[in-house]
Amino acid sequence: MMKTVLNSAHQRHGARLVEFGGFEMPVWYSGLTAEHHAVRQRAGVFDLCHMGRFEIVGDDPIAALDKVVTQDVSRMKKGQVRYSLVCNDEGGVLDDILIYRLPDRLWLVVNAGNRDKLLTWFAERMQGAKVIDHSDNLAMVALQGPLSCSLLAPHIQRSGQRALADLGYYRIAAARINLTSSEIEGWVSRTGYTGEDGFELYIASSSAESVFDALLDLSEDVIPCGLGCRDTLRLEAGMPLYGHELSQHQDPISAGLSFGIALEKKGGFIGQQALEQINSDGPEQQLRGFVVEGRRPARQGAAILHQGQTVGEITSGSPSPTLGVAIACGYVASKIPEEARLKVDLRGKEADLTPHPLPFYRRSTETA
Amino acid sequence: MSEIPSDRSYLSSHEWAMPTDDGLVVVGISEHAAQELGELVFIELPEKGDEVQYDSQFGEIESVKAVSELNSPVSGKVVEVNTALSDSQDAISDSPFVDGWMIKVAPADDSGLTKLLDASAYEAQLHGS
Repeated sequence: MMKTVLNSAHQRHGARLVEFGGFEMPVWYSGLTAEHHAVRQRAGVFDLCHMGRFEIVGDDPIAALDKVVTQDVSRMKKGQVRYSLVCNDEGGVLDDILIYRLPDRLWLVVNAGNRDKLLTWFAERMQGAKVIDHSDNLAMVALQGPLSCSLLAPHIQRSGQRALADLGYYRIAAARINLTSSEIEGWVSRTGYTGEDGFELYIASSSAESVFDALLDLSEDVIPCGLGCRDTLRLEAGMPLYGHELSQHQDPISAGLSFGIALEKKGGFIGQQALEQINSDGPEQQLRGFVVEGRRPARQGAAILHQGQTVGEITSGSPSPTLGVAIACGYVASKIPEEARLKVDLRGKEADLTPHPLPFYRRSTETA
Repeated sequence: MSEIPSDRSYLSSHEWAMPTDDGLVVVGISEHAAQELGELVFIELPEKGDEVQYDSQFGEIESVKAVSELNSPVSGKVVEVNTALSDSQDAISDSPFVDGWMIKVAPADDSGLTKLLDASAYEAQLHGS
């Protein structure tokens, strides 16, 4: 099992460590629910070093990348971050990624478990450019929660004296970071996987542990947060997780991710024809959200029933710390009306599913 | 890790069985198991009168993250169920060896109890794993 550069920090902070995406990662420190509430109400720090950080280099890296991702990279402005899918020829999802268009280069952040698969895929299918894997030398930590901006802003200097607060949602900027004894150079983006305001910092791996500790020292309101609450936070926020809502056998249109697909993109991309077909026919199934009756969570793989017939399957489910009920999402055949009375088979016992719009949670104040 | 009580015996899957003076066997899970599970959200236990089998599933326990089987350390008939656990599983997390008991069983003749690990053998298993 691989370890991130923050592994010893996790142990110092009392993490329970589990395997995720090939890495030994913290699932929680103080407890999942407390960490979840900290991010919703104050701020939490996450180790994201397990994710893959790639750079695309070549004569025209934007054009090369455009052929292998669903988003239209050529239309991205410098400093912009965009969500995208990487699809196979059938429109199945190989990964969901973030694309970062920096002033002078092009970055991707990909899921930990898909790093090797994508490196191989890009090597085979991307022409005129190649991938440099910076995952080991470039660390990634997140500060997420409503206090993130006020806590972090005094320690971040952007070029031109621009304030951190003015960094827009899904924007990235170079920054000098004064969190530790010596100033370090890095990047900061206003991105996250929690549904809260927050930032992700990209710094040299050699600085990762001191930055992680310094973020925790910003305030007593900041606590270390594990992947357990990252999952419940993203589920409430209606964000898909690869291996649950997304797979090579699942298209992104059914998953409600059309905002990440530029079907009209000039020059085409892998999976475009298949996705156009699904889009014009209408997807056969749809990702829907539910509140599950009772206390028992519905888990991935549980059958969704309509009048005794299986019409779908749960992809993710958990108690929702914010809503105080069990929530779940899953694919349901499109022909089943949204208001239909559905049930879920919880290992032999049936529970009612009440349809709930996605996302389950939306923060009250949007950032710029 | 606190003391592992020596007044009872254990399955390697972390359930304990404690004989009582009135000939019954109380069943629960160890503190190690409770800590491994984390925050609990649901438990399914058998009903009074149900039969349970040694080293076979008698219920399910769910944490925020996962579902786990509960295996019976004893064969016999369930005579009492800790029904308070269905509303809140806090007792399992806070007091797994006392308040977090799950069922009381009238053991069958071939109860399986003699096959269980004693406290020191169970402790050795925890440290070996």
